[in-house]
Amino acid sequence: MDWQFFLEVLIGGLLAGVMYSLVALGFVLIYKASGVFNFAQGGMVFFAALTFVSLVERGVNFWLAMVITLAVMVVLGVLIERIVLRPLVNQPQITLFMATIGLTFLIEGLAQGIWDAQVHGLDLGIPDVPVKVGAINISQFDLFASATAGILVLALAVFFQKTRIGRALRAVADDHQAAMSVGIPLNHIWAIVWAVAGFVGLVAGLLWGSRTGVQFALTFTALKALPVLILGGFTSVPGAIVGGLIIGASEKLAEVYIGSSIGLNIGTGIENWFPYMLALLFLLIRPEGLFGEKRIERV
Amino acid sequence: MIYREAGQFKDGYAADEQIFPIRQDRYGIVFILVLAFVGVPLIANDYWFSAILIPFLILSLAALGLNILTGYTGQLSLGTAGFMAVGAFAAFNFMLRVPGMPLLAAFILAGLTAAAVGVVFGLPSLRIKGFYLAVATLAAQFFIEWVLVKFPWFSNYNPSGVISAQPMEILGYAFDTPARKYMLTLCIVAVLALAAKNMARCETGRVWMAVRDMDIAAEVIGIPILKTKLLAFAVSSFYCGVAGALWAFAYLGAVEPAAFDLGRSFQILFMIILGGVGTVLGSFLGAAFIVLLPIFLNVFAHILLPGVSSSLLSNLELIVFGSFIIFFLIVEPHGLARLWQIGKEKLRLWPFPH
Amino acid sequence: MRKLTVGLKRAALCVAVGGMIGAAGPAFAAGEQFVPVPIYRVGPYAAGGTGIFGGMMDYMQMINARDGGVNGVKLTWEECETEYKNDRGVECYERLKKKGPTGATVFHPLSTGITYSVIERATADKIPVISMGYGRTDASDGRIFPYIFPLITNYWSQSTAKIKFIGQREGGMDKLKGKKLVNLYHGSAYGKETIPVLDIQAKKYGFEVTHIEVAHPGNEQQSQWLQIRQIKPDWVILRGWGVMNPTALKTAQKVGFPADKILGVWWSGAEEDVLPAGDAAKGYIASGFHPSGTDFPVIQDIQKLVYGGGKKGNMDDPRRVGTIYYNRGVIHGIITVEAIRTAQEKYGKKPLTGEQVRWGIENLNIDDKVLKRIGAYGLMPTLKVSCLDHEGGGGVKFQQWDGTKWVVISDWFQTDQSIVRPMIEDSAAKYAKEKNLAPRDCAKEAAAEGKKKS
Repeated sequence: MDWQFFLEVLIGGLLAGVMYSLVALGFVLIYKASGVFNFAQGGMVFFAALTFVSLVERGVNFWLAMVITLAVMVVLGVLIERIVLRPLVNQPQITLFMATIGLTFLIEGLAQGIWDAQVHGLDLGIPDVPVKVGAINISQFDLFASATAGILVLALAVFFQKTRIGRALRAVADDHQAAMSVGIPLNHIWAIVWAVAGFVGLVAGLLWGSRTGVQFALTFTALKALPVLILGGFTSVPGAIVGGLIIGASEKLAEVYIGSSIGLNIGTGIENWFPYMLALLFLLIRPEGLFGEKRIERV
Repeated sequence: MIYREAGQFKDGYAADEQIFPIRQDRYGIVFILVLAFVGVPLIANDYWFSAILIPFLILSLAALGLNILTGYTGQLSLGTAGFMAVGAFAAFNFMLRVPGMPLLAAFILAGLTAAAVGVVFGLPSLRIKGFYLAVATLAAQFFIEWVLVKFPWFSNYNPSGVISAQPMEILGYAFDTPARKYMLTLCIVAVLALAAKNMARCETGRVWMAVRDMDIAAEVIGIPILKTKLLAFAVSSFYCGVAGALWAFAYLGAVEPAAFDLGRSFQILFMIILGGVGTVLGSFLGAAFIVLLPIFLNVFAHILLPGVSSSLLSNLELIVFGSFIIFFLIVEPHGLARLWQIGKEKLRLWPFPH
Repeated sequence: MRKLTVGLKRAALCVAVGGMIGAAGPAFAAGEQFVPVPIYRVGPYAAGGTGIFGGMMDYMQMINARDGGVNGVKLTWEECETEYKNDRGVECYERLKKKGPTGATVFHPLSTGITYSVIERATADKIPVISMGYGRTDASDGRIFPYIFPLITNYWSQSTAKIKFIGQREGGMDKLKGKKLVNLYHGSAYGKETIPVLDIQAKKYGFEVTHIEVAHPGNEQQSQWLQIRQIKPDWVILRGWGVMNPTALKTAQKVGFPADKILGVWWSGAEEDVLPAGDAAKGYIASGFHPSGTDFPVIQDIQKLVYGGGKKGNMDDPRRVGTIYYNRGVIHGIITVEAIRTAQEKYGKKPLTGEQVRWGIENLNIDDKVLKRIGAYGLMPTLKVSCLDHEGGGGVKFQQWDGTKWVVISDWFQTDQSIVRPMIEDSAAKYAKEKNLAPRDCAKEAAAEGKKKS
């Protein structure tokens, strides 16, 4: 066995997993605080990246564009809370889930309608070229993405643990009604969560967009995030990161050592279903995911 | 007044156990069947048959299948299109490889194949619930798609992996025109819809609903959870499989696995949510809504908004479609079928409210 | 009773929408030829849909403005949004097939899936389908698919031209022996299509080919490219679509594979496929049946007559005129118009039915003289369609991305029909057997045609 190659696949997979985690984080934030499985996260990633890139192409300064996009995402979050979620309070989860799929159509139409259906390039100024670490090639860009993800998770952790809003968020996540009864304004909290998820979406959109181009296909990143979610648990920020690393590494290893002619050769292109199968097997052992909250059911 | 059951006395168990116990319902169903079998063929043209009615009926059937699983048994599934694909490819292969295979037998076998696959992917439902299960059923969706593309045997070694459905013929009668295809589809859908209605109200359906409402409680009162859930998966997949076979044979004629992608699964889930979870009627209403709305928007956008650029219009259609879904979920979270329910309550007294 | 509403609703909608659809389109005058436009302006492939159909509509608009139509017969068209979905495409086909005084002239599905779904319908309705550079490969056998025209070159023919190009680059076809190729393909029906023809050529020329699938949509290709680096191929054939293309180029750069050893098919060779990859795309080679650019009289006529004086054409962004997709659309327009023109020679200068235009396509002969007359010399290969050959024997050019634009780096490469034709005939015969179709007798038809003329 070629250990150097194995390590490269493994490390490449872990780094790819970080990219999945970034998208998964947006899902977790919203699910944690409001119990909504927000399918529109992929659309939000696309919308944020497209808004940013279109602004930059129209001559807006990089950082200013960032701030404007962020503002747009906050407004979007607040609007979603007001128009979509508030009237649907106390509805079954599946209804809320469906509403977010409706929202996906809306956001996708909005993004392509306001800007255009063109494909845009996005250069963050970090070259996607390999650097040698020992005998192994690692992409600078991947390292940058991982660092960003790390900073993001740290910032979120501080935000959740140390700030007033963060504590309120955790209270809401634990129990909506109890939180309301001690005077936490539920609606504000939800709007904030959606805005934060919009911010996470922007970061994910920029990183993914600079790799694949800013185009409609960014919405598909959501599909890569779903197995990460069920593996890591819908409600856990560390779960999203660990889940992403496991999914990324295992799908790459599977593709090479199970799928391709280097390994078992059952056929290439198994990356679409393998992570789901893996997550499924995992769930059979632990139905609430790696870090999910254990449910106790009583009759 | 119009819809009043008072005065309709049941004088025997048979009368009490009818599938439609109220006289108005019986007349109504007869009226609809007459309309669908006689009226529609008289007024509809080829466009309506082959572009609207046939896909509407087939998707209603698939929605019915999903409704059995999600609406009646409470197991959220995103693998519907995968089971449809199994049905389509199975029907094609039965027709191809078994000489003299009758068409309807091929459809039934296709349904059974899909049911078998459904049972396998239903096994995890014993331990996994809710969204975890929904995402897990995506494994079925992607895996089935991959298998059908990967192994050329399934498409009879067609280089692009596309199957071309064989001509439809029953006892020498060819179903080759849109009107005939419509009749065949309608017959199959009507039989299966009545079967579903019947299943839902007898023991099978009640057990399903018990599991849906609280599976632990259901287990406590002696309902075998494993058997019940797997039966729901099997029946649901059977319906989806037949729908998939019809999609290939009666509608598209030639399909590739990509015709049954994740988008289709979502489309069908939409149908039951908007139509009404846990109702047979809802599956039809939802399918009508989801099939017609985009076409309707596409046709009317150009008339309503002249001078707006076509690109913007196409995107507006998407925006309006999304907004409609959200709007309906907000005003009537129980679906269109609920509106009919409310209407019936009103009709009981109307037009003499006192 | 529960079902009552369904029925009533259906009936009411039947009447309402049916009536409206009838009234919806623009009014058609008698001297008009109708062309359906099943476009996709939303979704992941919208750049292709708007570019190609935009070019085609611009060309038809230009013909109407410059020549007053085709020999006085105005061209009309109507858009229908398919979102690149099979069922929506079928609905569009059914909606538009009877529009205009003579029905749809010719249907361009612009999606392999939709092509497959309309093959039988169009044959029954007698409406020709042109699938230029995509669609069902074995439909090139016109004896079994009289109404289907995969014009210029189908996927298999294109693949042989590509191997010829690689052979030339390596210094002769005999040098291919022992070379290693990787076929990196999109995990879909489209992607798999060239596997058999590559295998046959590998046997014939003695090279080695490894097929590696990229799961749809292809926005993550780390493991595939690591495998490729492990294999160390001489060339990688990129058979991608949409987001898979820029991602492949980016990932190739990441693992250190040179871009000028990657050879794309023509659905991987538009500006949209390379721009997002930035520098990583520099040197990347793609095949095509036409160059980009506006240096052709026909494109300049469009710029003058359709966009001149601040007028709005069919492109939201006029800067896209002259891009790869746009020029491909113009060629769609040219072929449509020339087919009508050819058919008019036989049937008279009036609006023609699909059946008559089918004859026009089958007898299409676009040689250099015609190309010069149209002002499209160099924009597209010559084309001669016949009853036997619905492909028309077009050529393939290769172009390289220099960081800002596509540069043509080869002359027309002819395809190798000695490999492709037997495969097509085999496959078409199998289809005919499945469907109980009797092949047409081309010699007999030609004789009858000749007799009528004399």
